[in-house]
Amino acid sequence: MMTQPMSNEFVDPTLVVQSKDVWKSFGELDVLKGISLNVPEHTVVCLVGPSGSGKSTFLRCINKLESIDAGGLWVHGERVGYIERNNRLYEMNEQQIARQRREVGMVFQRFNLFPHMTALQNVMAAPVTVKGVPKAEARQQTIALLERVGLADKMDSYPAQLSGGQQQRVAIARALAMQPRLMLFDEPTSALDPELVGEVLDVMRQLAHDGMTMIVVTHEMGFAREVGDSLVFMDAGVVVESGDPREVLANPQHERTQAFLSKVL
Amino acid sequence: MRHPGRWVTAAIVCYLAIFGVYVVSTNPRFEWAAQWHYAFSSSILDGVRSTLIMTFAAMAIGIIGGVILAIMRLSPNPILSRGAWFFIWVFRATPVLVQLLVWSYLGSLFPSLGVGIPFGPSFHRWETNQLISALMAALLGLGLNEAAYMAEIVRAGIVSVDAGQVEASSALGFSRLRTMRMIVLPQAMRVIIPPTGNETISMLKTTSLISVVPYYELLYATRAIYANTYQVIPMLIMASLWYAAMSSVLMVGQFYIERHYSRGFAHAGGNAVRRRWRSR
Repeated sequence: MMTQPMSNEFVDPTLVVQSKDVWKSFGELDVLKGISLNVPEHTVVCLVGPSGSGKSTFLRCINKLESIDAGGLWVHGERVGYIERNNRLYEMNEQQIARQRREVGMVFQRFNLFPHMTALQNVMAAPVTVKGVPKAEARQQTIALLERVGLADKMDSYPAQLSGGQQQRVAIARALAMQPRLMLFDEPTSALDPELVGEVLDVMRQLAHDGMTMIVVTHEMGFAREVGDSLVFMDAGVVVESGDPREVLANPQHERTQAFLSKVL
Repeated sequence: MRHPGRWVTAAIVCYLAIFGVYVVSTNPRFEWAAQWHYAFSSSILDGVRSTLIMTFAAMAIGIIGGVILAIMRLSPNPILSRGAWFFIWVFRATPVLVQLLVWSYLGSLFPSLGVGIPFGPSFHRWETNQLISALMAALLGLGLNEAAYMAEIVRAGIVSVDAGQVEASSALGFSRLRTMRMIVLPQAMRVIIPPTGNETISMLKTTSLISVVPYYELLYATRAIYANTYQVIPMLIMASLWYAAMSSVLMVGQFYIERHYSRGFAHAGGNAVRRRWRSR
């Protein structure tokens, strides 16, 4: 069992995500070089930056799809992937990690719907098998969720029969079915045809309006400006600049932010 | 005429086919009447039944064993993955006929087999020749050898599934085993089924080897007949017709199973490729 000494840091349990000096490397390459970030409840944080800046990797660390090499990461005051006992950290086992992940929903760039299941089955699968929700009850919840993303009429369609925008809306419903307290979006509109981006952003806008805490990796600056409570600009594994999206976008302080925004705006 | 070459070759093929039918039907040494007589005799029908049972039993062992071995091979635990690798290596590196003979003569190597602690006491012992009957030797020989081949087929199917599928199900809180059973294996089936159908059709004929164990099956029954009647070739043709009939039924079954597992992949699959290939 891998252990590492624990530092006595202050953890604020009211924060949904608290990250302190998070480091992550893939082999020789340092992808995250000390990310510190706080996400309060009911806020939308937009992570922007050039590709390779580490924003997707950081998002994946939050639900332990990647594990961090140094620093600390807490979700709802609970350390991600480790258990603290006798002042030491012990790596969580598979069940404990799975339990932690249920609190966090994730939406992927390429949807990752299960192609052998209908929209209904995609959304129902996790509540029924992971949480043990009775099938009839899960079915009711699923239909309500699909109505919420505007796809109740597509519940018997397989993913291959749906457009990209419809698939991504099913994927959002699938993540919501586990009733997460935090939603992670990894470039949710980057794989979509331009005319389909709007329908997905509409669903996300509604979700933010309903008070969901969201971290969104995106290139949609319009969405960040309109819906985001804060914007974090990352480059080469560090947070270069962060703040109110309207201010950062209108008046970027750092020259790397200026250079990036001049290309995407 | 759009394809004159096709018409010429068709005419030649027809002529040769008529000649073939003439030769086969006028040569009395084919003994068609005797073939027809023995094809539905009770000993041959018993052999047919035994061949079918052994085919499905050996494939069941092979498929279950193959799935377990493939999952072990992909496990992060090095003892499991190397153990599976070694098993697969042993059974693929030696002829199945030799494996069948070793199982049936195991008693000459270990006269008795027991359950106990290595180098320590044993709790119970059995006579090997009673424990490993001809049936057991046949099932172990065919089944374990098949498991090694199926393991490679299943592994190829598993690695063909997009990694994003595993990420999505992990993110939803599925355990590794549930992810495998509910998400990965059903999608891997599309890749696993065609070669498995092939293996089953091949197994149907490989069962003819278990006559060395010796265990009763179609070829064993056939040889018992021609040992008395000396109608060697006619009886072998009769057995081959039985094998061909059973294989054909399996091929039809394979078609429907493949269609079932291509659910949700309507646009992919071989037909699109075939259409484009033909219209190049």
